[in-house]
Amino acid sequence: MVAATTPTVTRAGEPLPDGPPYDVTVIGAGVVGTAIARELARHPLRTALVEATDDIANGTSKANTAILHTGFDAVPGTLEARLVREGQRLLAGYAARTGIPVEPVGALLVAWDREQLDALPGLLAKAERNGHHAARLLDAEETAAREPHLGPGALGALEIPDEAVICPWTTPLAYATQAVRAGVHLHLDCPVRDLAYDDGLHTLTTGRGTLRSRLLINAAGLHADAVDRLLGLDTFTVRPRRGQLIVFDKLARDLVHHILLPVPTAAGKGVLVAPTVFGNVLLGPTAEDIDDKTATESTAEGLALLREKGRRVLPRLLDEEVTAVYAGLRAATGQEDYRITAHPDRGLITVGGIRSTGLTASMAIAAYVVSLLPEAGLDPGEPGELAPLTMPNLGEAGGRPYLDAALIARDPAHGTVVCHCERVTEGEIRDAFASTLPPRSAEGLARRTRAGNGRCQGFHCGAALRARIEEARP
Amino acid sequence: MTTRRERRVDVLVVGAGPAGLAAAAGLAAAGVPDVEVLEREQQAGGIPRHCAHGGFGTRRTGDLGGPAYALHCAAEATMAGATLRTGVTVTGWAGPRTLDATGPGGLERITARAVVLATGARERPRAARLVPGTRPTGVYTTGELQQAVHLHHQHVGTRAVVVGDEPVALAAADTLRTAGVHLVARVTEHPPRPFAAVRQAGGAPLLTRTTVTALTGRPRLTGVRVRHEYGRTTTLACDTVVFTADWIPDHELARRGGLPLDPGTKGPAHDPAYRTREPGVFAVGNLLHGGESAATAAREGRAVTGPVLRHLATGAWPAGGPPLTVTPPLEWIAPNLAGPGGGRFLLRTGRRLTAPLLVVSQDGTPLHRRRLARSVPPGSSFALTAAWLERVAPDGGAVCLRIA
Repeated sequence: MVAATTPTVTRAGEPLPDGPPYDVTVIGAGVVGTAIARELARHPLRTALVEATDDIANGTSKANTAILHTGFDAVPGTLEARLVREGQRLLAGYAARTGIPVEPVGALLVAWDREQLDALPGLLAKAERNGHHAARLLDAEETAAREPHLGPGALGALEIPDEAVICPWTTPLAYATQAVRAGVHLHLDCPVRDLAYDDGLHTLTTGRGTLRSRLLINAAGLHADAVDRLLGLDTFTVRPRRGQLIVFDKLARDLVHHILLPVPTAAGKGVLVAPTVFGNVLLGPTAEDIDDKTATESTAEGLALLREKGRRVLPRLLDEEVTAVYAGLRAATGQEDYRITAHPDRGLITVGGIRSTGLTASMAIAAYVVSLLPEAGLDPGEPGELAPLTMPNLGEAGGRPYLDAALIARDPAHGTVVCHCERVTEGEIRDAFASTLPPRSAEGLARRTRAGNGRCQGFHCGAALRARIEEARP
Repeated sequence: MTTRRERRVDVLVVGAGPAGLAAAAGLAAAGVPDVEVLEREQQAGGIPRHCAHGGFGTRRTGDLGGPAYALHCAAEATMAGATLRTGVTVTGWAGPRTLDATGPGGLERITARAVVLATGARERPRAARLVPGTRPTGVYTTGELQQAVHLHHQHVGTRAVVVGDEPVALAAADTLRTAGVHLVARVTEHPPRPFAAVRQAGGAPLLTRTTVTALTGRPRLTGVRVRHEYGRTTTLACDTVVFTADWIPDHELARRGGLPLDPGTKGPAHDPAYRTREPGVFAVGNLLHGGESAATAAREGRAVTGPVLRHLATGAWPAGGPPLTVTPPLEWIAPNLAGPGGGRFLLRTGRRLTAPLLVVSQDGTPLHRRRLARSVPPGSSFALTAAWLERVAPDGGAVCLRIA
């Protein structure tokens, strides 16, 4: 068992620690970077995780479709296909052990015209080549029976029973929490401005001073190309692909029983309708190739497109209230596969091009990256076991504190509901502020507890939540 | 395994705003022994709790500020003998008149002989209005703004835009002024009011026929992009925006209980005696229609007393009558089921009507025609007497209200 240490988490205004160089520094604390940090934490290494923003999982990882994919439609033989398949198995097991909400709702690829219907057998064969033998074809009648609220004209479907939805926020938070408790240093508000590599040692010039490290792992997501260029490597360019999504009210949840996928076309995987583990219904994403890596805004055109597609799939969904709208940027690189490369001469492993499957594949990516350490010139030593972790349950399918009589009897703060739409209790909010990685913003609190994420978007509790954030600021 | 304390009461009121508290006060004063009000917030009073402006109160109390009125409503209910419990959240239904609740004292399952839903309404937030753009800080509804300023004394911003031209928009402007925020403009999709002695909010312009097309800035709001009906666009530089009005009933509990909603109000369909389609379940206040004054909500709370008493005495639940429907530009009518009882109806229009002729008909037969001797603006309701109600055929089709 890896011994627990006092967590080292530094933020804006605090000094970076002195001391010997790190053995490994991971740049980027998204779902991939935190997963790698967690895997490194099992080894006798001095590891740092540096993040440009004020929280983990604050870029692409916070704004995605939250699906635990099977990889049934991956291109067979690619690294992505392999890591998604392995990652799905690893993350499903980890989620069960750690209390990360997962709902195994299954997916239906619904065919809306003859051409799409004709494409389903080919997709079934591809799923089987990817090792998914539970997939099967449904006729129109069975499709309608499975999803009674589908719009008119569904001709049939391909069922992928193992597709699931997962909590996209608890997953990286669990990775980072375990990593930090096992001794990984997390430096937030720490953008990397420059890199120099001399005599087998990197010097990282950050917004908060310098750090030194023997090996670098570039998990900077949208900015992975820029980080590589700081080391003189110009092998790929990240072209963000924006995905806008609409979150519908929980009162829409009963309208849909599976993840409803369109039949993929050359233009991409298309717009899906999916339940979330929080009990909402998600509609999206769009797929817009853009140049600006900060352009996470929604657009009138994007929202109109989603509503038009959604009306076709699930007409009654459009009568329900909208709870939230958001947009995320996928790190597309123009190559339909991950780009994970060791550069021994530069003391670097680049983890690039991790697209929408990154959440599913994260643990397998981490294991694969750590397996490359010897090739990159570092002996990681023998791995140990990490202390187990139980995360607060944010999922509707698991028991929520407000419904737990025994918990409330022990700790009456769990009987006081603060966020009414999401039924988040005083106890959950208190515990989030006392956790290893406490929130520093209303958004951070929402990702840890759901507080403020509901249909009123703060009409009832927003000011009270902000008061809690301001109290917690040092 | 969860264990719930099971209890019985005569009347369970859900929500301690002006409507719920008035209903509880009336029922307790009429001698119903066991009237209980559950309120999920820590303080009773509903939205008036955070309305610093005056204009509340009754003939007896005189003009009161919101917080004083909230206290007054709560005192009326408790002094009449009702039990008022705050910090207790009703989480769902376990039976037709049985509700589950969570509080620091644990879980309960409360069965009542009659249930009065008074869960109120909220303003639609930015996302529900599908306003595109970034997701910056500095975006409020009036409710959140009032709580931030009046209850938590938080710093809000320096320059604000208010979206909307209903009375609540003026309340938002007042709150901003209290907080020392400069009001840049108010924005409304509606045309200017004729002959308007429109109250100018702190000298800020009211931009009419204007739509908010996007929010800009991150992490903080830097501007509100707007478009005039005739195509002109501009960006109003500001760090704060308040989305006002556009009320939606907080109808989750009603829907979870299977109560049909009225398509216009999005509140539970109900008859003039505030009966929903579910025997023993009444509904009052802004849950029925959103956006009405505290006085209207309290009036409905008082008016439900008689029907609840009759139900407790006889157990009777007259079959629901045909629905009352409206055609545009009318947006909704409440009550919206025909049935015994008198009183008045409230209606809303989506655009300004000048001396409109209202026609009520059922299955092609005219029941009532009435010309209003005034102009009716959008965003506030107007009343119609119920004299024609007795002419509705109880087993006939929907009753239609339109502007001739």
